Amino acid sequence: MSTVTSAARVRSAVTRRRAAATAGLLVLAVAALVFPLVFPSPVVTNYAVYALIFVAVVSAWNMFSGFSGYISLGQAVFFGSGAYAVGIAAKDWHITGTGVFALLPLAAAVGAVIAVPFGLVALRVRRHTFIVVTIAVFFIFQLMAFNLNSFTGGTIGMSAPFLPWSPTTFNDRFYYITLACAVGAVVVAVLIRRSRSGLQLRAIRDDEDRARGLGVRAMRVKLTVFVLSAAITGLVGGVWFLYLTQVLPQSGFDPLFDLSLVLMAFLGGLGTISGPIIGALIIEPGQLYLTIKYTNGYLSEILLGALFLVIVLFVPRGIVPTAGEQLRRLRSRGHPAVPPATAPAQEASDTPAREASR
Amino acid sequence: MAQEIYQAIVDGILVGGVYALMAVGLTLIFGVLDIINIAQGVLVILGAYLSYSLETRLHVDLFLGLLITVPAMFVIGVAIQWAFIRRLRGRERTSMTLLVTYAVALIIEGILYEIYGPNPKQLNASYVQSSVHLFGFYLSYIYLYGFALALVLIAAIYALLYRTGFGRSVRATMQDETSARLIGIDVNRVAAVTFGVGVAVTAAGGMMFGATNAFNPNSGYDLISRLLAIIILGGLGSIGGALAASVFMLTLESLVTIWSPEWAIVVFYAALVVVLVIRPTGFFGRQPVRAQ
Repeated sequence: MSTVTSAARVRSAVTRRRAAATAGLLVLAVAALVFPLVFPSPVVTNYAVYALIFVAVVSAWNMFSGFSGYISLGQAVFFGSGAYAVGIAAKDWHITGTGVFALLPLAAAVGAVIAVPFGLVALRVRRHTFIVVTIAVFFIFQLMAFNLNSFTGGTIGMSAPFLPWSPTTFNDRFYYITLACAVGAVVVAVLIRRSRSGLQLRAIRDDEDRARGLGVRAMRVKLTVFVLSAAITGLVGGVWFLYLTQVLPQSGFDPLFDLSLVLMAFLGGLGTISGPIIGALIIEPGQLYLTIKYTNGYLSEILLGALFLVIVLFVPRGIVPTAGEQLRRLRSRGHPAVPPATAPAQEASDTPAREASR
Repeated sequence: MAQEIYQAIVDGILVGGVYALMAVGLTLIFGVLDIINIAQGVLVILGAYLSYSLETRLHVDLFLGLLITVPAMFVIGVAIQWAFIRRLRGRERTSMTLLVTYAVALIIEGILYEIYGPNPKQLNASYVQSSVHLFGFYLSYIYLYGFALALVLIAAIYALLYRTGFGRSVRATMQDETSARLIGIDVNRVAAVTFGVGVAVTAAGGMMFGATNAFNPNSGYDLISRLLAIIILGGLGSIGGALAASVFMLTLESLVTIWSPEWAIVVFYAALVVVLVIRPTGFFGRQPVRAQ
């Protein structure tokens, strides 16, 4: 008898939790939508645009590297290539004005096309070797951007065509464009995590040989998600280029970009959905603030390095998993002897979670 | 033309010797601690700046100054290992050590900028500018001396690894850390000293690099990416592989430079990619570890 009632109670608790989550998401969505109306200053929206660009890219990075454990330091290859693709196409095909936004699918396609041979080579090796191969490919692309003068503009880089938007609305428009990119990237990440491929990627992360033994076609799964992640990153790179109106070899293919992504994912929680988003929202504005405040860049570099160390040494598993564990510890306080599988324990542990998600 | 090619090969071998020294430090650290020390590049630059300060402030000869800078870099290496790397454990250790060593690199780079500024410096001595005509080749004294120094230091590391009790502990730890621990080897001490030795060679590497190239605090990135390519090509953790790969890569780069200096470095990385397609473990690599 008690099983029936507690099962019903658990079900209602789950429904309430879902309702709370939906309400939370709605509040977030409204907050994100009205943000530029509340803070119309271009200084503030500039921070927001950069933060959203990084939310999108780090989610794309995380859907491959976070889920599979293959830490890539070559994401800037796709970001820079997307930026250059838009720049070169706009110049060669004489596309001006808002028409350049039609080139964004091209940026995504370029990212995906580059990811295929890149992945076929790099995904054959694991761990350290994979990381170093991604660094090598990254440098090949940066050097190509420097050296293929007639194609990429060499050290001068590429300039974006002029957008006929007034300076007062320029940032706001880009805010909504980057918001759409960020939401799109997060949705794709959620879909992958819930899909069969997401499970297979996590199986690969835990033990690739065993996963293959159990019938996971590892190369195919890894490559598919790698290419998808590259396509999103390429597209966002195109948007970033149009916002900044310029790309240089060292800004499009920036080694700090890759490390920032890893740091954001680690700070928030590698392989979770919300972790990298939180990481990006904390680190990117912070980094931008430091660069603007200390223009010589040296002090900001030292501070950034110190921040790296603090995060890795004190929150090694990231904010989201650590906070989750703290919550679970809080919930189980007072019910230490109850085995976690039984219904009353679940019910008891649901209450603080519901409060936390509000 | 033929003369040019021979000269390029000789240059490549001489410079390769110096890179071998830096790469051996890196691959040794990988072999024992299972980490990639991203800070190795900027530590080389730190070594170069130490030599620079000794030379300009105290007028100490570059090679003589190594008697001070090598122990100093050893202490810095042990300190980095003790303060940051020792603590890292768990599944994401690979990427966390990468972040930590990168953070160390950023901090050192920032401090070097604060002290020395961004303008490129170069080390100077009477033998840096002059060269000798030997067997039909023009050989710069600094390259000859540097090559000799690199050979001596590599021989010293070899002797340390293969002729001493400590070296036996290091090799045992490289083969299997758990078993080494079980037979009573103090793995933590081995790790600390190995990291120290791996970093100490950057003092010599940095002095050579600073004498043959203009450098600023930012030069470390170019260097670390080359060193990483070299140790992967040689096979991670393989000392012989690091030597072979350094000479091979630098000779290749030196040859391509005859035709196109801009593309030489691209060929460098492309060679890495091509070799890995054919042989994912590099020239002398062990079989990949089973678990991720």
